Amino acid sequence: MQKLFKSVRQSQLWRSIFRHGYPDTPRNRTLAVLSNVFLHLHPVKVRRSGIRLSYTWCMGGLTFFLFLVLTLTGLLLMFYYRPTAELAYQDIFALREHVSIGVMREMHRWGAHLMVITVWLHMYRVFLTGSYKPPREFNWNVGVILLVLTLLLSFTGYLLPWDQLAVWAITVGTNMARATPVLGHEGPGAALLSIGGLDFIHAGDDVRFGLLAGRFVGEGALLRFYVLHCVGFPLVAATLMAVHFWRVRKDGGISGPL
Amino acid sequence: MRGADAPGAGSDARRDARPRPGERHSEAIVAQTKTQQEPKAQTADEPLVPLKTAPLRGEVSRRGFFSALGLGWAAFTAASAASLGVMVRFMMPTVLYEPPQEFKAGFPVDFAVGAVDERFKAAYGVWIVREADGFYALSTVCTHLGCTPNWLAADEKFKCPCHGSGFIRTGINVEGPAPRPLERYKITLAEDGQILIDKNTKYQEEKGQWSLDGAFLHYSA
Repeated sequence: MQKLFKSVRQSQLWRSIFRHGYPDTPRNRTLAVLSNVFLHLHPVKVRRSGIRLSYTWCMGGLTFFLFLVLTLTGLLLMFYYRPTAELAYQDIFALREHVSIGVMREMHRWGAHLMVITVWLHMYRVFLTGSYKPPREFNWNVGVILLVLTLLLSFTGYLLPWDQLAVWAITVGTNMARATPVLGHEGPGAALLSIGGLDFIHAGDDVRFGLLAGRFVGEGALLRFYVLHCVGFPLVAATLMAVHFWRVRKDGGISGPL
Repeated sequence: MRGADAPGAGSDARRDARPRPGERHSEAIVAQTKTQQEPKAQTADEPLVPLKTAPLRGEVSRRGFFSALGLGWAAFTAASAASLGVMVRFMMPTVLYEPPQEFKAGFPVDFAVGAVDERFKAAYGVWIVREADGFYALSTVCTHLGCTPNWLAADEKFKCPCHGSGFIRTGINVEGPAPRPLERYKITLAEDGQILIDKNTKYQEEKGQWSLDGAFLHYSA
């Protein structure tokens, strides 16, 4: 057995992947982190306080975990869901009633609710521990953008079941875009972009129209929200998460107790 | 520059007396003192560095390089801005699968006096109300948050299921969170005698627009 392990560890395949020995010395432990692209985003060393649950609440880690869960379950749901006005509700219904492991969609839904909660709590913890202070101001801002992205993911996903709740919630929510300064047709400044009674910004070309692909929440809006929900926002969020974790490392690891 | 700290750095002094950027002062001083001992007659007449040399054929001058660079950046910025504009334009659909903003609602005689007509609610989002002296077209969009109220004929009012806003038959808000009356759309008679609704023009009571021409269609049978 010992021999087998040895031959495996000395094989070219093994050595091409792992370029250091067992992480039993400080040097090898550092190498283990530095030579791994995923761990590279992680701090090389973590303070004892950094893994104390009462200090971090593990809210950042839980948020990331939930993001991974939502990515996986969301990917699986995409195999059954078709974003058209005719089929969307029927497919969501089928995901519960006919597709095996009907809890998949519930996991996605409850995971999403939970992620919004953990993101807020993570922000609250970071605030309480003063971790927004120099040199971590930039990472706080990245975190704020990630919070907004989480809410946008939650909002765009809300439309996809295409039931009464979804349509009217998005109708109410996107009505805010009417009041966008200059670019929304009911917003301040939009009336200035008008020549001789001809409005340049109206219900048929303002920012809400671009968001919904129409004057009201219809099939165009469903497809747009679907694409943003499944591709657009997750891509941006994943990129910014990489920056977020890398900056934690570069700014001196998880902040210490006050 | 670290290498110049070595003991053998004296050989550098013969190269040039003036300190170069980044060179340490002490080193420059040492260099100067060493040069002073040497005759410098050969370099007295001509400047150490020519102020400007004419570019050779195919060579880019400093100024030319920066103008080309500036031009390149300007072109790149313009191209980026243009492609951003293209993307914004791409996101604006030109063909909509929505009911048209203008539609004919039939002849005035089709409407009963005192009734709120709900035939055009689902497709066009419009209630057509027939009064004794004419017509008006109410928007079915609640002025609170944009839901669609229901006409409750028995209670003689529009009631929104979302948050309970209520409007009387003229469109005036009387209860719930709605901050202003329902909007009215332009209503006229088409040349063929049918009622013509134009949703592109709307009239708001709180702006005093209900007294304008298109807000009310005077008609008496």
